[in-house]
Formats: sequence, structure tokens, C-alpha cells
Amino acid sequence: MIEARHLHKRFGAITAVEDVSLTAPDGRITGLLGPNGAGKSTTLRMLYTVLQPDGGDAFIDGISAAERSLEARRRMGVLPHGAGVYPHLTARENIEYFAELHGLSRQDCEQRAAQMIELLEMADFADRQAKGFSQGQRLKTALARALVHGPQNILLDEPTNGLDVMAVRTLRALLLKLKATGRCILFSSHVMQEVGAVCDEVVVIAAGKVVACGTPEQLRERAGTPDLEEAFVRFLEPAGRA
Amino acid sequence: MRSVLTVLRKELRENLRDRRTLVSALLFGTLLMPLLVALLVNLTVHRSQDQDNKSVTLAVVHAERAPNLLADLRQYRIDVIAANLDDYAAREAVRRQRHRIVLSIPDNYASQLSSGQPAPVLLYSDSSDAAGGSDLGRVRAVLAHYASGMARLRLMARGVDPTVLSAIAVQDIDVATPTSRSVLILGTLTAIILMTMLMGGLHIALDTTAGERERGSLEPLLTVPVRREQLIYGKILAACVFMLISLTLSVCAMALALRHAGLDRLGMNQDMSVATVLKMIACCAALAPLGASLMTIVAAFTRSYREAQTYVGLILALPTFPLIFASALGLQPTAWLMTVPALSQHFMVMGLLRAEPVSALYATLSVSVSLLLGALAALAAGRLYHREKLLG
Repeated sequence: MIEARHLHKRFGAITAVEDVSLTAPDGRITGLLGPNGAGKSTTLRMLYTVLQPDGGDAFIDGISAAERSLEARRRMGVLPHGAGVYPHLTARENIEYFAELHGLSRQDCEQRAAQMIELLEMADFADRQAKGFSQGQRLKTALARALVHGPQNILLDEPTNGLDVMAVRTLRALLLKLKATGRCILFSSHVMQEVGAVCDEVVVIAAGKVVACGTPEQLRERAGTPDLEEAFVRFLEPAGRA
Repeated sequence: MRSVLTVLRKELRENLRDRRTLVSALLFGTLLMPLLVALLVNLTVHRSQDQDNKSVTLAVVHAERAPNLLADLRQYRIDVIAANLDDYAAREAVRRQRHRIVLSIPDNYASQLSSGQPAPVLLYSDSSDAAGGSDLGRVRAVLAHYASGMARLRLMARGVDPTVLSAIAVQDIDVATPTSRSVLILGTLTAIILMTMLMGGLHIALDTTAGERERGSLEPLLTVPVRREQLIYGKILAACVFMLISLTLSVCAMALALRHAGLDRLGMNQDMSVATVLKMIACCAALAPLGASLMTIVAAFTRSYREAQTYVGLILALPTFPLIFASALGLQPTAWLMTVPALSQHFMVMGLLRAEPVSALYATLSVSVSLLLGALAALAAGRLYHREKLLG
């Protein structure tokens, strides 16, 4: 479970995140929705401990991300925005490298990497160097790398950016599979349909603040419109005016 | 520690597959530089050898009047050619450079000599002819030697100890031996060795930091449960390994090249034994961590691989500055100077090339101070990688 409590983050004069609190429970897919520049990435970066919050804290399975960041990281699998892979390593070596950094034994590394390759249907390119990979192959490699240590909490920053329909479907199927095993999944997106398609919970943020949260149905009800996209726009309007 | 090794292993594996690293680490210095230097050294050696061995040509008028003197001249490799010139013609011949030096034996030479009087000889030369200066010096020296030999014989014939002539015994000790002539070449060699070493780690140091950030693999890496400084130490170590490979190859290539160059005349340790090569590698290797850490620090401040490359050129040039100062000021090794990175390695390699005994204190200072500074720079790099701006 991931919990953010009153997160604040400033970069110089710019306030990127101003009081974001959210909860992403286990066995659910939570979508972090917002327009570009709303503070989604910054929020996620604070959650996966790459950035230190200026105020507030995040808790990963109850572990403070600010104070015990190494332990918190152990419980997370992270796919940052635009995550790159090592071009001169094969997909398998890319995955095994991260497994090793997560402290898995040599044997476990190989075993887990093989499992991920099977799960993500990567067998036909697993032992090729990553420099010639397609976008979809790169994403699968990066995803396998993020999940190789079997983390309870999975954070993905705009994972579907630049993917074709087939790759998006594969990703969705995987997220649903992971959800079924009781994992906590939090991903960000600026595309309404995508969030509507898989998310159990939606957190809408704009200008660094949470403007709405709930299930897609609740959001539609609260906005008074049957169309999710319309609802999204209505939540953003007050924030935009402010 | 395990994570450091994991990072080290991965960086080595990845970069061994990268042609750019291989070219900068293995090919550049290894093959090109030592061969170039050997060529340069070879040319210089031959030129200085030529000067010492070249025979001097001397035109002699009336050589038949002084057979003993001429025998002496020939013995000291002065080529005598007979000439038939009067005083005016001799002057003209030298002025017009038909002959560089003309020695004329007057007709009273033999009679003066046999009567124990100073025997006259005329030596024509042109003092404005700079190239002829050393030839003239050699002719004069042989003449003076012959004269003092004759004087000694005369004294002995009169029962006088010839040593009364030697009120002062001047011994020439020429320190401008071939060794000091080769200082410049030796200095160039050490600069090239150090630059080749740093060059070997350049690509990997930048690629694993600035390059990794540019490709977007840095952020995922920072989400693993490993302290950032450990990741950085692994990367610095990987750069050091490549620097050592590059260093080893270039020193070995240089040693082989020097063996064939015939460098005894330059005052070098011409046999370049395995022990010398190992010592040379060991004392230069101490500079690798400092170089790798500085490159990593530079990469932390830049936005892209290309930008980092621009600034890192300065680090490559850094070791040459102390060397330029040292040769310009004619610095000799002192304990203080042995604490200056690059300069101390320069002194150590110079000493080894000249087969001079290496002071244990100097060696310890050179190695330990360089390693200490390298460790401090690595710590600083580790700290820098905690900056949030790092993600760009």
C-alpha cells in the first residue's frame, strides 16, 4: 500500500507539488490523472524516493520513504517516465542486473529473469542486445527489470506514452494480472480513456493539488456527467482559473 | 560492497561491447602514440650520433713538412686532404667555403721543431661559420694535444719531470651528456603515458554518468535499494579498470618500441626490463582514481554526454601543465613536489627511464598522495550524486 501525506515540493520559485495526499490500496489499480505539468511525475518521484519532499512524507507499506528510503525502495518496482535500457546489454542481462542490485542471489537472478521473460512474452528478443529494440520491446525490458524482484508496490510514470495499441493491451493485461495477485499499482497518465479502462481508483491532480479522487463512477456522479472525459475537464476548471 | 562489484561488472561487460570505449582505451594510445614517440626518439638519436661520429675534413698545405702531426690528426678521425694554396688562396678558399678549415705548414716548421723552438702552423677558418665551430674545436684540440706531447718529450730529454707543466689539472665533467639532451623527449613520453591512461577511461567515465542520464537509465537505477555513492564508486572503478588496461598496453608498447630504438645514447634504461615496466605502470596507476573521479564530477554538472566531453578535455590536459612548468623551470624532484599529482608520476617515470635509483620516500609520497586525492575526489563525486538536479 502506498500513502502520501501532504507532500510538498518546490524547485526554486516554482511550487511543483502543493499538498498532495493520496492512498493507493493493495489489490487495486490507482490512476494518477492530470494535465501536463500538474505535478504527477514530481509526486511519483517523491514516492519512489528519487526526490526528497520539502514537506510531508510518503509511506510504502507503512515505511517512511524519507527516513528509510532503502527499505521503501525494496518494496517498490518503478518504471520512471521514458525509462531507458542499456543498449549494449541483452534484455536478459538488463533484467538480471537490476535483480542483482536488488540483492537477489545469482541463481535467483537467473530464475526470476527467466520468469519475467516468460510472463512478458519476450523470449524471441531476450538474448539480443537492446540497441535495436522497438519501443514495445524496450518497454517490456524496462518493465521486467522493474518487476524482477517481485515488489508489492508498482509505480509507473506515463507507461503507455508512445506505445502502439498492441503494446498498450499487453501492458493492461499485465497490470490486471498483477492486481489479481494483490499488488498495489499506481500509475500516472494524462489520457482519460486509459485511466477509465483499467483503474479502480482515480486521483485527479492539477497545479500541484488533488482536485478530486474516487472510483470512476463516483467521479462521474460528482461531476454530474456520464462522460469521464467531461468530468475530468470539469475538475480541472477551478484549478485552472486559480 | 557487493553492489559496487555488481555495478563494476556490468559496466565492464557493457563497455567491452562498445566500440567507442575499445577504441579510446585500447587502440588510441597503445598503437599510435608510442610508435610516434619511438619514431621521434629514433630520429633524435641518429642526429646526435651523427654529430659525434662525423669526421672533420681538413685541408693541409705542405703536409709533407709535418708527417707526425698529420698521423696524429688522422688518428683522431680528422680527414686530411692535401691542398696547394698560398696565403691569399687559403684565405679565399675558406671565405668562399671551398674548404672549411685550412692548415698550412710553413717551410721553417721542421727546423724550428728540431731546434726546440716554437714551430709555427697557420690555421685558416671563418668564425662566422657556426656549423664549422665544432670542427675547428676538434682540430685545435688535436693540435694542442700534439703540442703538449712534444713539450713533454722535450722536458724529459732535458731531465725535467713533465708534470711541472701541469700547474692546474682541469678535468672536464660534461653534464650536458646525452641524458639531459633527452629530457624533453622523456618529458613528452611521460605526458603521453598519462594522457593515454586518462583517455582510456574517458568514454566509460562519461558514458556511465552523463550518458546514462541522457539515455534515461539513470532514474530507474536510482530506484534500486543501493546507496547512490556505491553506484558511483562502481562506475569510477570501472573507469579505473579501463585506464589501467590502457596504461598497461601503452607502457608495454612503448617499452617494446624503445628496445628497438637503441636508446643507450640517450641515457635511458635501454633494456626496459619487465620490472621497470611494472614499476612504471604501478606509479602511473596511482593517478587513475583521481582522473576517473574528476571526470565523474564533471559529468555530474553537465546535461549531456557531449557537453561533458567538452569539459573533460581539460582534465586530459591537466597532467601536462605541471610537466610544462617542470621542464620550463628545470625543476628537480623534492619531497614537496612529489606530492603533486602528475608531476610526481613524471619524475618517477623519468627516473625509471634513466635507470636512476628510485627513492623509497619519493615513491611512497607519489603513490599515496595521488591515491588519497583520488579517494577524496571519489567521495566528492559520491556526494554530488545525491543532488536532485542530477536527474536533469
